[in-house]
Amino acid sequence: MGAKKQIVLETKNLDIGYCTKNGLHYLAKNLNIVAENKKLICLLGKNGVGKSTLLKTISKTLHPLGGDVFVDSINLKKAASGYLAKKMGLVLTEKIPEGQLTVFELVALGRQPYTNWLGRLSHHDIQSVNKAMERVHISNIRDKKYDELSDGQLQKVMIARALAQDTEIIILDEPTAHLDIHHTIEVFKLLQTLVQNTNKTIIISTHEINLALKLADEFWLLTEHEFISGNLNQLIEKNAFEKLFPKKQILFDANTKQFHIQT
Amino acid sequence: MNASKTYLGTFGFLLFLFSVAFFTNLSLGSVSIPIKDIFNILFFENAREESWHYIVLNYRLPKAFTALLVGSGLGVSGLLMQTFFRNPLAGPFVLGISAGASLGVASLILGTSFLGVVLGGFTITNWSLIVASSTGSFLVLFAVLIAIKKIKNTMSILIIGLMFGSISAAIINVLSYFSAAEKLQQFIFWSFGSLGNLNWAEVSVFGGIVVFCFLILLKTIKPLNSLLLGENYAISMGVNIKQTRYLVLVCTSLLTGVITAFAGPIAFVGLAVPHLSKLLFTTSNHRILLPAVTIVGATLLLLCDTVAQLPGSEYSLPINAITSIFGAPIVIWLLIRKKTA
Repeated sequence: MGAKKQIVLETKNLDIGYCTKNGLHYLAKNLNIVAENKKLICLLGKNGVGKSTLLKTISKTLHPLGGDVFVDSINLKKAASGYLAKKMGLVLTEKIPEGQLTVFELVALGRQPYTNWLGRLSHHDIQSVNKAMERVHISNIRDKKYDELSDGQLQKVMIARALAQDTEIIILDEPTAHLDIHHTIEVFKLLQTLVQNTNKTIIISTHEINLALKLADEFWLLTEHEFISGNLNQLIEKNAFEKLFPKKQILFDANTKQFHIQT
Repeated sequence: MNASKTYLGTFGFLLFLFSVAFFTNLSLGSVSIPIKDIFNILFFENAREESWHYIVLNYRLPKAFTALLVGSGLGVSGLLMQTFFRNPLAGPFVLGISAGASLGVASLILGTSFLGVVLGGFTITNWSLIVASSTGSFLVLFAVLIAIKKIKNTMSILIIGLMFGSISAAIINVLSYFSAAEKLQQFIFWSFGSLGNLNWAEVSVFGGIVVFCFLILLKTIKPLNSLLLGENYAISMGVNIKQTRYLVLVCTSLLTGVITAFAGPIAFVGLAVPHLSKLLFTTSNHRILLPAVTIVGATLLLLCDTVAQLPGSEYSLPINAITSIFGAPIVIWLLIRKKTA
């Protein structure tokens, strides 16, 4: 564990939200977030509080309403096109359209930032793709069409695609939304192993709070009023988890370090 | 990779089918010429009759080349549109570009009855038809491009294209209503589509433009593959969506406009050929599909043209009808077979 600490992602006075007909709608203001390398970070918060918007703004899918995002100390507003594709891989919630690509071809799309104008895979590219598939244990389905896969398999394929992109950061927006408990645990464990075995930082938004509490290195809590980050013990000390949900329904127990449903 | 080997087999089979279609197309027609003489003529040797020389070199060969260009051009446009709009119903006709071309030709043929007095002895030649239909298609393209600047949503672009198509069709209807019967007939004959009206000069201009578009479209193979996962994924992999959109739209419009200009509005091919190719190759990878669509489109249109000229008789049927009558059942059959298999 002697790897050097290094800041891979930073936001300065970031305002997030979206444009509507009636003007700008802010979801959060003045976010100053710092993410280090080799961390599994869980973004927690209620529905509609702006988790996806935050992740989209960080990944430049949405424009910030104010402030700046720095990836590897470079301001995204000034970064060359193609810079972010080599720094950040995404796994989105949106369903991918029907198609007839094989698992190998889909994962190989992750190599696009590195391939030539025709998208020709070099020997090194093919190696990266194979390695990514091994890491998430999908080498056995490499020739299947992605339409034939189960939700759990498909999610692993999408993670492999992001891995093949060979980026320092991987962002996953609710990666376990359609999965049963078995596959949810599998994905979380997989992400944890990936962080441990590579130098990557993985940021996920999730509603699997108890699982997240057990496995993540760091938490970003987003509520209507504030943004709090830190590791488990720091946040327990600040009583931060209590602010996440209404106390009448769900309560955080600092002893077991888990949430409990109030009945 | 073992996957590419199986594609190689299919490609070989298709190329064989293509050459069969090409030579069948050359050898059949209202005058029957033995296949041996066809080869002799093609390799600059003497055929048994001088007139055969003329028929093959100046009539059948340009027609076969036109069929080849039309088929592959429409197929490729359709494929790009389907991927770009993520809609299996998209084709070169949906953006209203060929409707624009029709409008251009309609204004020329039908509109001259209004302006006849002013223009005096103006006669309608092949080139003036080409200019008219190109102008029509480019005007619609221009309107679509302006709309695209304001709209980000690809689905809305599709609908706007359909609206432009409807407007053009409506104007053509109005023009037809006020036109003389002979002018109307001339326009309807144009709308049947025709592959055999071009001389070598026209075929070379046509071919040049099609090849030019294909070369540019090679650059879209890579971004289109990542667009298979949707726009957001494509952007995250560094795809320049704006540039890709312009390349795809301008090239497909140019292809559709030019094809409609030289051969009339050939329906169905642009929609069906990509589906046929996807069924044959069972892949969405554009590096495989783009050449596949080129060959399948060319072969299909050569076969349709062979059927259309009713071998042995002096009649030839409108190519536009043949492509649908023979092509549609094939696609239906293939789709049903795929579902039950």
